[in-house]
Amino acid sequence: MVLGTYKEIVSARATDKQIQKVSQDGGIVTGLLAFALEEKIIEGAVVAGPTDEFWKPEPMVAMSADEIIAAAGTKYTFSPNVMMLKKAVRQYGIEKLGTVAIPCQTMGIRKMQSYPFGVRFLADKIKLLIGIYCMENFPYASLETFISEKMGVSMEMVEKMDIGKGKFWVYTQDEVLSIPLKETHGYEQSGCNVCLDYVAELGDVSTGSVGSPDGWSTVITRTDGGDSIFKQAVEAGAFETKDIANVKPGLDLLQKLSAQKKEKNQKTIDKRKEMGLPVPF
Amino acid sequence: MSLISKLKGLLGIGAKPANEEPKPAKSGQVGASEQEVEKVAEENAKPRIGYIHLSGCTGDIMSLSENYDILAELLTNMVDIVYGQTLADVWEMPEMDLALVEGSVCLQDEHSLHELMEVREKAAMVCAYGSCSATGCFTRYSRGGQQARPDHESFVPIADLIKVDCAIPGCPPSPEIIAKTVVALINGDMDYLQPMIDLAGMTEGCGCDLQKYVVNQALCIGCGTCAMACQTRAVSMTNGRPEVNGDRCVKCGICYVQCPRSWFPEEQIKKDLGL
Ligand SMILES: Cc1cc2nc3c(=O)[nH]c(=O)nc-3n(C[C@H](O)[C@H](O)[C@H](O)COP(=O)(O)OP(=O)(O)OC[C@H]3O[C@@H](n4cnc5c(N)ncnc54)[C@H](O)[C@@H]3O)c2cc1C
Ligand code: SF4
Ligand code: SF4
Ligand code: SF4
Repeated sequence: MVLGTYKEIVSARATDKQIQKVSQDGGIVTGLLAFALEEKIIEGAVVAGPTDEFWKPEPMVAMSADEIIAAAGTKYTFSPNVMMLKKAVRQYGIEKLGTVAIPCQTMGIRKMQSYPFGVRFLADKIKLLIGIYCMENFPYASLETFISEKMGVSMEMVEKMDIGKGKFWVYTQDEVLSIPLKETHGYEQSGCNVCLDYVAELGDVSTGSVGSPDGWSTVITRTDGGDSIFKQAVEAGAFETKDIANVKPGLDLLQKLSAQKKEKNQKTIDKRKEMGLPVPF
Repeated sequence: MSLISKLKGLLGIGAKPANEEPKPAKSGQVGASEQEVEKVAEENAKPRIGYIHLSGCTGDIMSLSENYDILAELLTNMVDIVYGQTLADVWEMPEMDLALVEGSVCLQDEHSLHELMEVREKAAMVCAYGSCSATGCFTRYSRGGQQARPDHESFVPIADLIKVDCAIPGCPPSPEIIAKTVVALINGDMDYLQPMIDLAGMTEGCGCDLQKYVVNQALCIGCGTCAMACQTRAVSMTNGRPEVNGDRCVKCGICYVQCPRSWFPEEQIKKDLGL
């Protein structure tokens, strides 16, 4: 299945105005982690927190809604969230942990849960894993190259970055700039070129912008746990939802992009195999 | 297929039984259901398990004993512990279906060498249990010249000397992986055990595996799983790539074993998640 195994797909956004303001898309990640924290489904969450350097995130253990909100928004470079999970349990004493992860991070977490060879007493503490869609990720120096050099904007002026409609977008206080994705190609990390997962097929809940209108997100519920937490949050009024069949551009686009990623990267995998290079999948 | 013949089937390394029905999803649970366990008990003679302690720190068996609350029923009623210094009052090594070997083997220690050879003869299946046994782990650093035996200098993973059927690396292996493995063994769940069979071939481990086999191979995606998994906190992440502090690395091999880009058990994960 091109979107993985799932229970339900809806278009949704957080109802909280503050979350709407700071979030990348519909505020699903921030809204759901904050809801789970408030309901004591989790006691803390690992998120991609801010650092002294603009747009260079670092994994952070958030223990309050404010800290979760401070980490909202997409940073298009590495935040090795998985590395903080153990710290969150050992050093912060969190027994019920939530986290957000791009698909490849989700794979590291799920593999650890199924085969915890050297990882003790962590697998069963992860109560909510929100996966976000991902086409590719960039080394920080790549971001600098196409933002500072190609677009001529210094990193500290950037208020938001986004990928959509075939372009890489940069928002400053008074300008909206973009370059076609053609120009960012080749700047992504090469490990992405063998990745077959676009829609975080192993998350409890997965979300991304594609398929829904601006300011909304497409939410896929997958596991029993994820489905139930998301439904509770909707019922409690944390999210408003729309039938995915009634929104534009809709599921077709999501399916198309997911299929394209699988097809393109399968070719890279085949080519690597021909060359005798290792591939984990 | 009886449990014993399934265990013996493991001897054919890498050979997956072709006509085995896949087991239904067990959604992430650690223990097997009561009926399943009872059924296995009725159908099969109890497997005879032995524990052989070579040059290891006893951490592995402590991790095993931490499972007693989960596995009490299993360990006391489903299997026969027939040999082991701290587990059974037996001097003569008996025939065994499965031998768990903790620790690497010292080439200068006649007694250890003899015991290892004897295990291979007496056990249908030998498991390198814990990283010392599987990869050599921190005994790789040994150079001899210390009391009480200055001549004990050279320690190697047991697979350097005998054929090993499966490996459970870890310094020590987590209580959970032991529980999952024992349940899979009892259920004859060969799919779950396949990675342990494959890992029998991994007799070297080091933090530098991350650089050589992941980063150098254009596979690293900066997820941080290696840094999370390292049991000595030797791995940190710099610019989205692992950086290994060689002084802290004990050569257990766990970082590479847990990396999602070394091998990836997709079917098992989906089964565990109910997807
Ligand atoms: C590298 C990357 C590529 C992406 N590509 C696509 C795509 O092709 N199509 C698509 O629909 N969506 C993509 N997304 C997801 C999208 O940009 C939004 O992050 C997602 O829709 C969640 O929005 P939100 O409003 O619900 O989340 P928010 O409430 O804004 O929260 C976002 C959460 O993501 C975390 N986060 C931010 N950056 C990272 C990071 N680098 N690594 C790990 N966690 C991070 C933050 O800590 C925060 O908790 C991508 C995200 C990333 C990080
Ligand atoms: S494309 Fe795949 S490998 Fe690359 S960052 Fe996204 S999820 Fe990870
Ligand atoms: S870096 Fe850590 S996990 Fe990797 S081999 Fe060394 S000690 Fe083991
Ligand atoms: S675990 Fe992740 S960060 Fe570490 S080497 Fe593997 S892919 Fe890279």
